[in-house]
Amino acid sequence: MRRAALLALLVLVALPAAATAQDCPKTTLADIEDEVMCPVCGTPLGLASEAPQAQRERAYIERLIERCRSKDEIKQALVVEFGDSVLALPGDQGDDDLGDVLVYVVPALGILLAAGGIGFAVVRWRRRGRGAAEGQGAAVAGADGSRLEDDMERYDL
Amino acid sequence: MRRALSPVPIAVICVLLALVALLAYGLASNEPDRGVEEALVRGETEPAPDLELPKLGGGGHGSLADYRGQVVVLNFWASWCEPCKAESPLLERWHRRMAARDGTVLGVDMLDITEDAEDFIDEYGLSYPMLKDKDGHGIETFGVVQYPETFVIDRDGRITAVRRGPVDEQFMRAEVGPLL
Repeated sequence: MRRAALLALLVLVALPAAATAQDCPKTTLADIEDEVMCPVCGTPLGLASEAPQAQRERAYIERLIERCRSKDEIKQALVVEFGDSVLALPGDQGDDDLGDVLVYVVPALGILLAAGGIGFAVVRWRRRGRGAAEGQGAAVAGADGSRLEDDMERYDL
Repeated sequence: MRRALSPVPIAVICVLLALVALLAYGLASNEPDRGVEEALVRGETEPAPDLELPKLGGGGHGSLADYRGQVVVLNFWASWCEPCKAESPLLERWHRRMAARDGTVLGVDMLDITEDAEDFIDEYGLSYPMLKDKDGHGIETFGVVQYPETFVIDRDGRITAVRRGPVDEQFMRAEVGPLL
């Protein structure tokens, strides 16, 4: 009987806590600050360490986390405060589909082109080096070759 | 016979030139607009650009045009800005003085969190009207480059003085007093 009462008490204590945890989708400042901008600093919030405006923005995000706001709700609250430009990730603003694609495609193309250019330059440089070495080798063979032949004949090797 | 340059160095030179051009453009486009100051130095005044923004804390929009015919001290500020704290009591005193002579201080809270701004207003007992510039509209229209900045606008809607930084009693007496 006593055990059953204790169990019931435990359930009563645990249930509201579990319900609260479910209702309160805790996110973290670190999870959000890389995805939003510090509007005054012009950098992602995560990089704007000491700026006073960044400190205030962080404090605001932490207050919203304490109020059990989800990550999306917090980002939406920041948009209300600062406008769409507070969102750091392409695609979050949802108003420029082509621009969002280009943001990813252009750097990738740039990297591919740069890698191709470097590869092309390396291949050319190695080919040129090999050609020069072969030419030099032939010249050595021509000049020293006869002397070598003479030496070998003289020493009867 | 001259040998044609290989495409690789040409590509490298082009990329370097493009980077330098991009850097130059970035530097040039970040130059603050000093047109108002230059006009004032020439002894001229420029019409204040139109500014329509939501009222801080809701309740519709407000505009500079709402104050046409009045002397307006347009003050750009933010709650986290230390010099703004120093000048706020002075601006409040002048607002009370100006209100009796058909003038007003108009605050524009720029790139700030509304809760913080409202706490600031309560702390300093500011009674003048406030607009909220959430995305830095004033940076473009008024060439605001720092906090706080204050523009004095006469009854004809022309900018007669600018202070980049906190205002003081001397500035207000010299630039606002004669317009009232």
